[in-house]
Amino acid sequence: MSTKIFKHIQTSVVPLPIENIDTDQIIPARFLKATTREGFGNNLFRDWRFDNDGNPKQDFVLNEPKYSGKILVAGKNFGCGSSREHAAWAIADYGFDAVVSSFFADIFKGNALNNGLLPVQVSDDFLKRIFEVVDADPHAEVEIDLVDQFIKIVKTGEQESFEVNPYKKACMTNGYDDIDYILSKKELILQFETP
Amino acid sequence: MGQTLFDKIWDAHVVSSNEGFPDILYIDTHFIHEVTSPQAFDGLRARGLPVFRPQQTVATADHNVPTWDQHLPIKEELSRYQVDMLTKNCAEFGIELYGLGHPFQGIVHVIGPELGITRPGGTYVCGDSHTSTHGAFGAIAFGIGTSQVEQVMATQCLLQSRPKRMKIEVNGNLQKGVGAKDIILYIISQISAAGGTGYAVEYAGDTIRALSMEGRMTICNMSIEMGARCGLIAPDETTINYVKGREFAPKGEEWDKAVAYWQTLYSDEDAEFDSVLSFKAEDIEPMITYGTNPGMGIGVTQHVPETASFEQKEQGSYKKALDYMGLHDDQQLLGKPIDYVFIGSCTNSRIEDLREVAQFVKGKHKADNVTVWVVPGSKQVQEQAIREGLDKIFDAAGFPLREPGCSACLGMNEDKIPAGKYCVSTSNRNFEGRQGPNSRTFLASPLTAAASAITGVVTDIREFLSEEVV
Repeated sequence: MSTKIFKHIQTSVVPLPIENIDTDQIIPARFLKATTREGFGNNLFRDWRFDNDGNPKQDFVLNEPKYSGKILVAGKNFGCGSSREHAAWAIADYGFDAVVSSFFADIFKGNALNNGLLPVQVSDDFLKRIFEVVDADPHAEVEIDLVDQFIKIVKTGEQESFEVNPYKKACMTNGYDDIDYILSKKELILQFETP
Repeated sequence: MGQTLFDKIWDAHVVSSNEGFPDILYIDTHFIHEVTSPQAFDGLRARGLPVFRPQQTVATADHNVPTWDQHLPIKEELSRYQVDMLTKNCAEFGIELYGLGHPFQGIVHVIGPELGITRPGGTYVCGDSHTSTHGAFGAIAFGIGTSQVEQVMATQCLLQSRPKRMKIEVNGNLQKGVGAKDIILYIISQISAAGGTGYAVEYAGDTIRALSMEGRMTICNMSIEMGARCGLIAPDETTINYVKGREFAPKGEEWDKAVAYWQTLYSDEDAEFDSVLSFKAEDIEPMITYGTNPGMGIGVTQHVPETASFEQKEQGSYKKALDYMGLHDDQQLLGKPIDYVFIGSCTNSRIEDLREVAQFVKGKHKADNVTVWVVPGSKQVQEQAIREGLDKIFDAAGFPLREPGCSACLGMNEDKIPAGKYCVSTSNRNFEGRQGPNSRTFLASPLTAAASAITGVVTDIREFLSEEVV
């Protein structure tokens, strides 16, 4: 089966300069009862985004009209905590194609890559620069190129390269699927199982 | 050069290793539950694939289940639907299910070990980050996302890059009233909620060696709270004695063969780790968290850190956490009134935890301002507690013994802490809203939780212990 293809984007960004954002904030457990992958975007950052009566909290970035775009930029150790893939589904379902942070939790990073959502790890300084530029101009755009592995603040020309596992890069740029790959090695699995 | 315990187990499970690709790692047992499996089953249907090794897949219902009147249908419609869906999927794909009403039902990380499914040298995964618990047996065990659940269902293998190796040693004698939960909360407070990211962590040292299997499971359980891929402890006599005779443990000749292999599972003396950390047991106080990640912990007599003690760029997140918790700089938690005490979760719901709490509360009664929930980790733990008469001790103390499930650890079932209320909890996460929208969590050991339930305020368990000595 093929998955979503990602090669390059350039858009404005949504800044969320908070550290240690855990997957319970991204999608609280009470919204994990759905049995399909769709619709989680409605409850992305639910308790930061809406009050107890379901009204939008005006000071949360997703509710601020000046911020939009397909790139979420967040503080370090993004996606820590629970292994729920629902967190990656919620971010992608809301409309983001990439998340930028100076540090990602392991499981979240893997889940994102398995869903065509690109986690881009940048230096502390570069992250700070994105926040500064976007604070001055909410419409400032960021370019992410997976093929050549760089991220650039378009307005200032500042850019940095980022790491990505070569196998996962091939999957994302071609729409390859892990299960197809492992099943292509089925003979080896059967051999392994034979005492 | 020698090998680490982690590498020995990993190498024994590599099906295929290719330059530039993650390894294909064979998984001995795949645990599944109702929350992270439905989309994976749908994926298999869409591909027209069966579960490759249904007999190496074990299912239970734990996250959504009520912990009171479990014999009645689940009231909440979506929870009931998700549990029903698991039953239907397991029947369709030929997977053994320890569902509600089954004598083996319970929290997935409690039942694997107690049934003898989790064993030294094995590889275990589950769509649940606290799968790291099983590493206490000297196994590789970690949490995975739902796409990977589908992958393991389809192939009994997982694509996985080998993590770096870290050794954390704890040596020395623990103070009275300090236990496994305090050790792990202390370690995380020292290295932060991201300090283990990218590593497989082996816990070693004489303090760790002296712990029971229950204590070792508490330690490995919270490895994920410092970001580690997994945690593990080399198997020894304690491990072998725990596994022996359990329902699915090897028997007869198979047992002897297994034990001979398990005895080879340790890090060689000259094995190299990418990082080594050492802690002294004597430095560890009974611990409590004050913030909104498990790294925000202090000794129970200490004060909440000052905002100014953090780097400028961290101060915003720190203030946000204190505001959420309704706390301020330099505040002492000792003596702070609390509303709830939760004793349970995959961290602290085993029979030893319940025995320790029962022994302490015998003859005492909870404070009027506190609601206490004691939730056993499994049906077997519940039955054992009743056989030992612990339920009567709990009842007399105002600590009703409920039925098994994840309960108030994650605000997904009926057991939620109300908005604004403080809960001293033996679970593993103090994230915002984790125990219910706007609930406030102080993570602590079972003894600290029990003592706080008795006094109605955050309490230093050592005060009780010194009284008893007098």
